[in-house]
Amino acid sequence: MYEVIITRPRSLAEAIEALGDDNATALAGGQTLIPTMKQRLAAPEVLVSLSGIDELSGVTIGDGEITIGAATTHAEVAREVAGACPALAALAGGIGDPAVRNRGTIGGSLANNDPAADYPAAVLACDATIITNDREIRSDEFFDGLFSTALLEGEIITAVRFPMPERAAYAKFDQPASRFALTGVFVAAGGGVVRVAVTGAGEDGVFRWDAAEQALMKDFSPSAIEGLSPDPSGMIGDLHGTPEYRAHLVGVMTKRAVEAALG
Amino acid sequence: MPADGGIGASTKRREDVRFLTGQGNYTDDINIHNQAHVFFLRSDMAHGKINGIDTAAAEKMPGVIRIFTSKDFEGVGGIPCGWQVTDRFGEPMQEPKHPVLAEGFVRHVGEPIAAVVAETLQQARDAAEAIELDIEELPPVVDMAAALEEGAPKVHEDLSSNLCFDWGFVEENREAVDEAIRNAPHVTTLELRNQRLVANPMEPRVAIGVYDRADDEHTLYTTSQNPHVIRLLMGAFVLGIPEHKLRVVSPDVGGGFGTKIFHYQEEAFCTFAAKAVNRPVKWRSSRSEAFMSDAQGRDHVTKIELALDEEGKFLAIRTNTLANMGAYLSTFAPSVPTWLHGTLMAGNYTTPLIYVNVKAVFTNTVPVDAYRGAGRPEATFQLERVIDKAARELGIDPIELRRRNFITEFPYETPVALTYDTGDYHATMDKLEELADLKGFEARAAESKKRGKLRGLGVNCYIEACGIAPSNLVGQLGARAGLYESATVRVNATGSITVMTGSHSHGQGHETAFPQVIADMIGIDPEQVEIVHGDTAKGPMGMGTYGSRSLAVGGSAMVRAAEKVINKARKIAAHLMEASEADIELKDGRFTVKGTDKSVAWGDVTLAAYVPHNYPLEELEPGLEETAFYDPSNFTYPAGAYACEVEVDPETGKVDVCSFHAVDDFGNIVNPMIVSGQVHGGLGQGIGQALLENCVYDDDGQLLSASYMDYAMPRADDLPFYSVDHSCQTPCTHNPLGVKGCGEAGAIGSPPTIVNAVVDALQRAGHDVTHIDMPLTPARVWAAMQG
Ligand SMILES: Cc1cc2nc3c(=O)[nH]c(=O)nc-3n(C[C@H](O)[C@H](O)[C@H](O)COP(=O)(O)OP(=O)(O)OC[C@H]3O[C@@H](n4cnc5c(N)ncnc54)[C@H](O)[C@@H]3O)c2cc1C
Repeated sequence: MYEVIITRPRSLAEAIEALGDDNATALAGGQTLIPTMKQRLAAPEVLVSLSGIDELSGVTIGDGEITIGAATTHAEVAREVAGACPALAALAGGIGDPAVRNRGTIGGSLANNDPAADYPAAVLACDATIITNDREIRSDEFFDGLFSTALLEGEIITAVRFPMPERAAYAKFDQPASRFALTGVFVAAGGGVVRVAVTGAGEDGVFRWDAAEQALMKDFSPSAIEGLSPDPSGMIGDLHGTPEYRAHLVGVMTKRAVEAALG
Repeated sequence: MPADGGIGASTKRREDVRFLTGQGNYTDDINIHNQAHVFFLRSDMAHGKINGIDTAAAEKMPGVIRIFTSKDFEGVGGIPCGWQVTDRFGEPMQEPKHPVLAEGFVRHVGEPIAAVVAETLQQARDAAEAIELDIEELPPVVDMAAALEEGAPKVHEDLSSNLCFDWGFVEENREAVDEAIRNAPHVTTLELRNQRLVANPMEPRVAIGVYDRADDEHTLYTTSQNPHVIRLLMGAFVLGIPEHKLRVVSPDVGGGFGTKIFHYQEEAFCTFAAKAVNRPVKWRSSRSEAFMSDAQGRDHVTKIELALDEEGKFLAIRTNTLANMGAYLSTFAPSVPTWLHGTLMAGNYTTPLIYVNVKAVFTNTVPVDAYRGAGRPEATFQLERVIDKAARELGIDPIELRRRNFITEFPYETPVALTYDTGDYHATMDKLEELADLKGFEARAAESKKRGKLRGLGVNCYIEACGIAPSNLVGQLGARAGLYESATVRVNATGSITVMTGSHSHGQGHETAFPQVIADMIGIDPEQVEIVHGDTAKGPMGMGTYGSRSLAVGGSAMVRAAEKVINKARKIAAHLMEASEADIELKDGRFTVKGTDKSVAWGDVTLAAYVPHNYPLEELEPGLEETAFYDPSNFTYPAGAYACEVEVDPETGKVDVCSFHAVDDFGNIVNPMIVSGQVHGGLGQGIGQALLENCVYDDDGQLLSASYMDYAMPRADDLPFYSVDHSCQTPCTHNPLGVKGCGEAGAIGSPPTIVNAVVDALQRAGHDVTHIDMPLTPARVWAAMQG
């Protein structure tokens, strides 16, 4: 790691101001950023810590929606939404290990948009809204390829608003080494709409699987998915699985998510 | 369990108190006043020609003390190889120079090119980034078969090819084996890869060089399994420092698994640089560095053929292996695919004719050397896999096929140069069948099926050769070191005992088990016995710990030294009691005169040895301290039978290990709890190899599995609760304790068990799958099911 200055703003306004500096970077749980800095692959001069800002943290369960502050840890989400949205709680509770869950945050995970991260699948499937210091961004507009989002320079996520799905579940197949998602599928149904979001598999990061959505809107049952899988072209191929394998897993995990959503 | 804490007691490990409370003294815990830090600039290229290294800007960076390149090592030796293999034409292997810092070329990713010594590690690292390298990229060779092709790029310009050696064993059998295979009623052939692994001890390597200008003395603190060996190799071959001016200390070491046997460049560098800059110089490997600088393990590509008659009797085995050496020869690399592999090809069976061919190959990858089991897992895996395949081809139950071929008479001379002194393979298999409830398998398989899972059963045997010896024999085979062990038993005046052993503990629990032996011999409390190891200044020249040799060889040396002590103490006791020495008995810490009630306590005798007022000074020297060097007459041969059940998810290919039963014959057991722990650890590593671990380079020689993000280590929930048993005991016939060694068994025996079980599960489900290469990742198992 290179030398770096850490600032600890107490309010959102202070944080935004501090992030106005071109050489400043937001620090949330540090579970991605710190390892990257240790490898000297990132070298911010100033870190602006978001973890001491009350208005960025916590879960509010409202009428038909859940709002999660950007600096809320995975562990808190797992705990707080267990009743309101068990699928989201299970997803958060399945990220990394206890140390990662007690430091890592939803805002950090979404801003980072790792192609194998779990949260992007929930956000996209639930059609959640990303709230920033400046605007609101619909999930379909937010994710923008590998490690890339619609966030602008200096813009930070303040919260994420999830409409509460009628039925939802997340099925994750672990990459054996990292235990990020080799393929993870979040299925959410509500108001006659079914959305299926896939993480870990696509070369461009999280994506919606239209064919499965169509099939499930006709018949929300595992059998609707039987024999269905996306085209392997466009899927990731690496040490841990070929594009064909991932395409196949997308089908299997979708079916399992539907099974789980049906209870 | 003996109440006295002697042999056979599951005494809790005394060293764990300090390990579990953060009071261990690991090399990285040592900080020497005024120490400087070194950072190695390592190659990010697999193969290249160094045209220039410009350190001018870097030298001006804050905190920099000195920057070293290969120029500073002119006249310094290369890192030596400790084993010379002779090829099947009688020629010595090709042995390239292994420089401390890259000389003219870089030959693998991670090879150190320059070393920056600075006030802080941070400053050293910053300066390393300012070094300008002019390296011309050369085409790398990564694949072994490609490396042997005509016209392949050469890893070493000055060698004739990438072939290190072509070894045939037993060369005289070659034609007879060919003939037997040609004429056999049935031949089963299997091609497989024993994949490359990264050892991953929990503690990364660390080295601290210290130079004392006043006395011209060097000290190296290092994470080594054998400090005396490092002193010999580094002192004599690399730096030219005589032993009396060089001390090597390996304090608490957090796991080795083989990869801390070897002498590494960083050790030589720190020792050398400490004198050059007149400051202590410390290096600590980061985990990322460990992935590309610790010697790696396995990496064999093999074709094995097993010839059988109609009844399933094994007639002959022929096996051809390409063994990856990496870019340079690590300390014991050549011995692993040869003497530690070829000699094990008989396994537990009576196969009369065996021929093993091994071609060792240089590639632009990290050097490969011994890793837990070293050669024996590679032998066991191919043998037990091909037997399983043969059983299926012939329609004979795999256990029955093995039993038909078991060696039953001992001593048994194999056609591959070993003499098994003892064993009972039917007994371990009987025990396994009982423990694993093999009869209940079908019912469990039916239950799995109800849950949509494919259940499979894998069974196999293994044998290993531990405590590699005797020295004169291994010398003929090319070892450049002896393989004895030493111990000094120092009895203190009040009767407590300090044992200086040449064995080295890096997780094995010697500090607990060794005292149990001494306590048993004398009849004193084991708490009275302290073990000292890991410091060349403290104990006699010892060979360290690897190859499951500590108790069998080091323990035997300790027993011999203790016997000498006891013999002398008996003489003193006889004098004290005015009796004849022949009548003196030692029991429960007292010497008694046979048939009388006269006795004298151990402590009184030891006190007399050091306060020799009433003492036979004319016949006996005072003091009570003896040293013994023990050179075994043969290997020891632990053997066993393993069974596991797996469930395969047919939709994803994921394998779950439901149960694992290990029945091992380790001969006599000193501490059953420690033995079980050793087996557990070995099984974890073996199952890790079978299902998870894989060290992979791409075609450019870049390491793809360079961190835990891609290198899958086994975690607790990947593993079942083990059932281990060591009640079948055929004591070793040639060492005083009758012990055989247990450190590697689990890692040797378990990979074929898992693969056999997965293949079984798939075949039961109607898939025509005869083999899947390790690791059996979900993706590979799924692909195999797709045909
Ligand atoms: C061992 C390990 C295992 C893991 N396993 C998983 C897993 O299974 N699944 C999974 O999904 N993830 C996993 N992760 C990643 C983890 O979820 C991280 O928490 C997450 O990727 C980043 O969140 P963070 O709060 O730590 O962000 P940081 O590391 O602090 O920041 C990450 C990036 O986001 C930016 N950022 C942070 N907060 C904001 C904000 N509010 N607005 C704008 N930008 C912001 C930062 O500037 C930085 O660029 C794992 C991590 C580790 C170390």
